[in-house]
Amino acid sequence: MQHQGGWIQKLLRSSSGHGGTLLGLVMAVGLLSLPALAFGADATPAAPVEYRDVPYVGSRNIIWVVAQLHLLLAGFVLGVPIFAWLCEVVAWKTGEKRYDKLAKEFTKLLTSAYATTALFGGILLFLLISFYPKLMNYLTDIFFPSFIVYCILFLVETATLYLYWYGWDAMQDGGKKTFHIFLGFLLNFFAFFIMVVPNSWATFQSSPVVLAEGSDMARAWAATWNPTWWPVNIHRLIANVVLGGYICGAYAGIRYLSATNTEERDHYDWMGYVGNFIGVFGLLALPFAGYWLMREIYQYNQQMGITLMGGFLSWLFILQAMLIGVLFLGSNYYFWLGITYRIPGSEIKYRKPMLAMLIALLLCLGVWMTPHSLVASMEEARKMGGSHHPLLGVFGVMSAKMTVANLMILVTFMSFIMYWRAGKQETAGWAKVAKAIMGAILASAAIAVIILGVWGYFVPAIIRINYFSTSQVLVVLGVMLTITPLTALLLRSAKTTTEMVWGKMPPRAGYSLVLNAVMVVLLMTLMGYARSSSRVHWHVYGVVRDTSPYAFSPALGYAAALMSLNTFFFCMLVAFIFWVATMGDKAKAPGGASKVELPQGMPAMAGASSALDEPKAH
Amino acid sequence: MGPLIKLIILNVIAYVICKFVVPNVPGSAPLPASLVFLYLMLTTSGFLIFATLSAESKEAFWGPIQRFLTGENIGGLQAVRYGVLILFPLLVGWQTYNNTAVSDAPPSENRTIHPAPPGEYTGLSSPVAKTPDNIQQGKGFYAAFCSPCHGGNFDGKGPAARGFNPPPANFSDPTTIAMLQESYLFWRIKKGGVGLPIEGMPWKSAMPRWEVELPDEWIWKIIMGEYDGAHQSPRTWE
Repeated sequence: MQHQGGWIQKLLRSSSGHGGTLLGLVMAVGLLSLPALAFGADATPAAPVEYRDVPYVGSRNIIWVVAQLHLLLAGFVLGVPIFAWLCEVVAWKTGEKRYDKLAKEFTKLLTSAYATTALFGGILLFLLISFYPKLMNYLTDIFFPSFIVYCILFLVETATLYLYWYGWDAMQDGGKKTFHIFLGFLLNFFAFFIMVVPNSWATFQSSPVVLAEGSDMARAWAATWNPTWWPVNIHRLIANVVLGGYICGAYAGIRYLSATNTEERDHYDWMGYVGNFIGVFGLLALPFAGYWLMREIYQYNQQMGITLMGGFLSWLFILQAMLIGVLFLGSNYYFWLGITYRIPGSEIKYRKPMLAMLIALLLCLGVWMTPHSLVASMEEARKMGGSHHPLLGVFGVMSAKMTVANLMILVTFMSFIMYWRAGKQETAGWAKVAKAIMGAILASAAIAVIILGVWGYFVPAIIRINYFSTSQVLVVLGVMLTITPLTALLLRSAKTTTEMVWGKMPPRAGYSLVLNAVMVVLLMTLMGYARSSSRVHWHVYGVVRDTSPYAFSPALGYAAALMSLNTFFFCMLVAFIFWVATMGDKAKAPGGASKVELPQGMPAMAGASSALDEPKAH
Repeated sequence: MGPLIKLIILNVIAYVICKFVVPNVPGSAPLPASLVFLYLMLTTSGFLIFATLSAESKEAFWGPIQRFLTGENIGGLQAVRYGVLILFPLLVGWQTYNNTAVSDAPPSENRTIHPAPPGEYTGLSSPVAKTPDNIQQGKGFYAAFCSPCHGGNFDGKGPAARGFNPPPANFSDPTTIAMLQESYLFWRIKKGGVGLPIEGMPWKSAMPRWEVELPDEWIWKIIMGEYDGAHQSPRTWE
């Protein structure tokens, strides 16, 4: 079996030089040749078959790709309804029709995206039953009642989705609109439970509990309520909002880059802003949920916690720091470009604060990305006295990581507040006092986070985890909960000095939106692998051992190549879904004679809209 | 001063800090090249972000580079341009060759520093009561069996420490035993270097397998003595 892994590895290596075409072709052939697995089955009928395999490609690789794609698509179809429903509610409450249009545009994607997700779910199920019959038997025996619940949820979710989408135009006025909003709520309600039920199966595999004898329902419920179930539920819920927001941003970015008239350009610029805002909104809360999940894993099993955070999987968390760092930088960069290009005249006023925030972000990122045990040559390690740097080694542990993560969240939040306030002049008599209070809150919060972080080195771990880290999170949340309403109050009476101008962003703003979406998908593939790999050679941790030839952890480089491949496949699938969903609109669209054609006449992809990026004449 | 010059100066400053300032801070050591590279990349990324925030700053940074590379109105610099266009790919090729050529230098040490304990050791709690007598006794055992390597001050600087690479753990460092549960230490002391799991092999640990010489009770007492002597507390969940 080893030669299969080696074969894939060679293929992955060679593909880097051939643009991945060969690899895509081979993977496609591999998937199409699935029926061949019947021939790969063990021919001896004496014992029940425990595993089946596919020659050359390997059953684990196929499951890896299909499961990851299903999960990413599921994140997408669960994130988009939250995003769409929130937009619809905003449109309903404020009367701003463009939010309703945005919500409808994204709900349209849902039907095809939903079908694709279900398709991958079906493929995954068939493959799991085929490749891992013993494990699936075991899980079915425990979770049979929740399989039924899942099917019922799927039925009601599908019916609600059809009503929500096909009833959109028919339910626009009065009570019908209220009912439509309620349908949107139901859609998200069922979607949440569609996520929660399979989470129980996956989390049970990682953190199983002792199952007492009892009815089927009692056993299923006991297995469902395992230690990592709710942390994963919350983490995935927030991550889905982030994914939905950034995918929306990427879609808007691509449409913005290829826009050929000002109306399109204005619309997609605004859509990019909304997508980035929702993505950032979720991103600010995501590290807290991730920390809670890791805490529960560590508390559940020390071995698993160490494997993840200090053992052979700990390098994944350095990669994670890099990806999250790029995401924070990309999101802030987009905010700052927005201040510069959408609010003329603001650039000079905010250039210095932007520089200060950028430096703060980079310093925090430098700390976050510094590993505890470093990559060093023999000579370098000898000079350091081991693989830990005696001075910078302190950056490698959780106290430092939590501190800088909280500071980066604070900086990003302030970026948003700055964007919100740009182009407006406060007229309230108490504006100066309010601004001083906000400044004081922010400064004291940053100082408190740093003090708690440093103090964390000198107290027992449990004090740091239970009190200091929690306090850091509460301090940051406190800043958000005080500064947001204060700013809203302040801006209620503010005078708009410069109107926001849409459609003036440079091409790199569109590219940064696409980059953010790719980073989120890469992060999900990375941490999906981490969660799954932390079980090491167990299907169900400590209970059902993996006795297949694949009961080994792949090298990190090999895993990273498959993560990249999954990200690429997912991006292609999403592009396909968008293309299919918008095909009808393009056909229906009038010639566009009434729209103002851009002077360049060509989209940014062709390089023409870089004219937007020319410096103003002084 | 042009932005490109600023970028170069900024990187030189960052390099000087990493290479000459940080290593000379008392108690510090030279930074490995991988870390220096990481910090220089961050510096460059930050500069590029700031330089492209507005059309004017982007033009100031990128405009001269673009004009130089395309040869647009650069007058007498044409020869330099050709030089750069020829030398740059050669430099990249040389760097690639250097990184991939067979070398007699030993490979980097990508050692996994924290092995995960076997399942049977996770969740174990000390059967020995935490009394002053037991702690004192544990410190005595520590002095006899552990301090030659881990040091009388629990700082990893025992008389035999210099003979080991990697050096013995420094227990007074808050990033070592303070991060671990007592059961983890029990496993490491009992099984030693030879009992380490196969994940992330090859392991480099000269820790003796103390189970052949010490009873479990003594090991638990040593653990208590270690934490107390190093002024650290074990990770707990209560």
